[in-house]
Amino acid sequence: MNEVDLRSFTVNFGPQHPAAHGVLRLVLEMDGEVVERADPHIGLLHRGTEKLIEYRPYLQNIPYFDRLDYCSMLCQEHAYVLAVEKLLAVDVPERALYIRVLMDEMTRILNHLLNIATMALDCGAMTPLLWMFEEREKLMTFYERVSGARMHANYYRFGGVNRDLPAGFAEDVLAWCDQFEPLFADMDRLLSDNRIFKQRTVDIGVVSAEDALNLGFSGPMLRASGVAWDLRKAEPYAAYERLDFDIPVGKNGDCWDRYLVRVLEIGESLKLMRQAIREMPKGPVRTDDKKMTPPPRAEMKRSMEALIHHFKLYTEGVHVPAGEVYAAVESGKGEFAVYLVADGTNRPYRCKIRSPGYVHLQALDEMCKGHQLADVVAVIGSMDIVFGEIDR
Amino acid sequence: MTAVPRSEIDEVLGELKSLIEGQLGDDLLVADVAHGELSITVQANTLPRVLQWLRDDPNTLFKELVDVCGVDYPDRPQRFDVVYHLLSMHHNQRIRVRVLTDEATPVPSVTGLFRSAGWFEREAWDMYGIMFADHPDLRRLLTDYGFEGHPLRKDFPLTGYVEMRYDEEQQRVIYEPVKLRQDFRNFDFLSPWEGAQDLLPGDEKAEEPAG
Repeated sequence: MNEVDLRSFTVNFGPQHPAAHGVLRLVLEMDGEVVERADPHIGLLHRGTEKLIEYRPYLQNIPYFDRLDYCSMLCQEHAYVLAVEKLLAVDVPERALYIRVLMDEMTRILNHLLNIATMALDCGAMTPLLWMFEEREKLMTFYERVSGARMHANYYRFGGVNRDLPAGFAEDVLAWCDQFEPLFADMDRLLSDNRIFKQRTVDIGVVSAEDALNLGFSGPMLRASGVAWDLRKAEPYAAYERLDFDIPVGKNGDCWDRYLVRVLEIGESLKLMRQAIREMPKGPVRTDDKKMTPPPRAEMKRSMEALIHHFKLYTEGVHVPAGEVYAAVESGKGEFAVYLVADGTNRPYRCKIRSPGYVHLQALDEMCKGHQLADVVAVIGSMDIVFGEIDR
Repeated sequence: MTAVPRSEIDEVLGELKSLIEGQLGDDLLVADVAHGELSITVQANTLPRVLQWLRDDPNTLFKELVDVCGVDYPDRPQRFDVVYHLLSMHHNQRIRVRVLTDEATPVPSVTGLFRSAGWFEREAWDMYGIMFADHPDLRRLLTDYGFEGHPLRKDFPLTGYVEMRYDEEQQRVIYEPVKLRQDFRNFDFLSPWEGAQDLLPGDEKAEEPAG
């Protein structure tokens, strides 16, 4: 038999590719149309967030967390704030806990809408993108109303949230929920059982439960493989333990299941938002510890101590007692966590950001092996990756 | 704040701690519970064995390796901490495993046990220069192609050493030493009443014997 010199074909996917969801450079070794090996090159959006955090006082670091995964901003602030609160041992007022749940769930919807819409677009369906992005805009106006910024809210603080919800906010959110539900049902009807969409996603990129654990999956990626694990239930933070919600779990661990888990999670998030508004108590939204909360403006005009507290808080910042903590929240993409090492000064000694997308993207090679080139796009879409958090 | 009171968490973690102490014996250097979290420090060369036991023992079942990261303490002879966070979904527990190493001594890789460790270890290598023995693919991950140095080390400056721009004449991207219009401002906020260690200019003369 003659020796045949077989050479695999290398394809560069990205760094600028509409289906790469950012700046992913993917080196694909192809055997014809079949992927033999996928090597993601990341770091094109690396901004050295962890290094920057080591040089800023604790309070000034909160905005960095908005800019990691720019689709689930407040969930990430939540993780950082939880970590610092754990070290400071500060109690958060009840109302702030409910506000956090409300805003976290709003963020989850923002995140899932973006993912569902862009994944559909990658698989050839354009309508969901147009519909869902309009809803995202509406949600971002809610962000703007509580924090002043459409996306990078910088709203959570150690011991609460920055300020109370504005007047009429709760009613408007409820009205949005009511109008969104039928619209989302329409999208679900349009897309979920669509023949072409299913051909592109069913049985593509299958991950078994055992593999998902070994690969470090979390969030919808893990739940789609049939593992019922959600940090909101397992390690309840904020007010989640008092609220009633379900965890959608998939069966097959393919792209379609991951999509469906997200669709169902949006329904649960709506349920949670309504509950949080209904059960939200009245009261303060920030701890009254003057070492963490600035004094009211009026008080600063009369009280010397208030002025000193304000000055110290915004120049020197909070001194966090030495220690190390790991605080995790269930962000839209999975377990987002902050490992914080404090040395007793006003700046973190080390802040490791554990982002879910990073771990998921690592598994791309295994998930794409043996699939066709077009399936890579569906797999990336179903992973819900955002480069802000992967490259950090 | 959490569903389970802190005392109960500490009790459960205390049980886990005594279980681990019994099992690991001399391999275990330190074990303590703080802020409702259990952290243990083990000998670096026994790390794979320890993690495998933690993963497979029915009393622990830490099946998911959630995070690996380095921490730099330049004043110590073994300057790096490598911190592993594990999660047991079965028992709903977390554990932090730490090993100490220096710039020259590699830490055994755990990619054979947990496939999620691959990129985490590559990142620790990239950011700190911590070496991992038997890692299948220990390339740089987050920094630029051809980057030199390990940026998260405490002795690496925040602004770095080189900056990059597109040069119109050469029609390509070039690297140059960093030029800052204004020095990076780093304020010392440690209150002098609480014991700042810095000498004020001129203070060093006071230490010298007169004459």
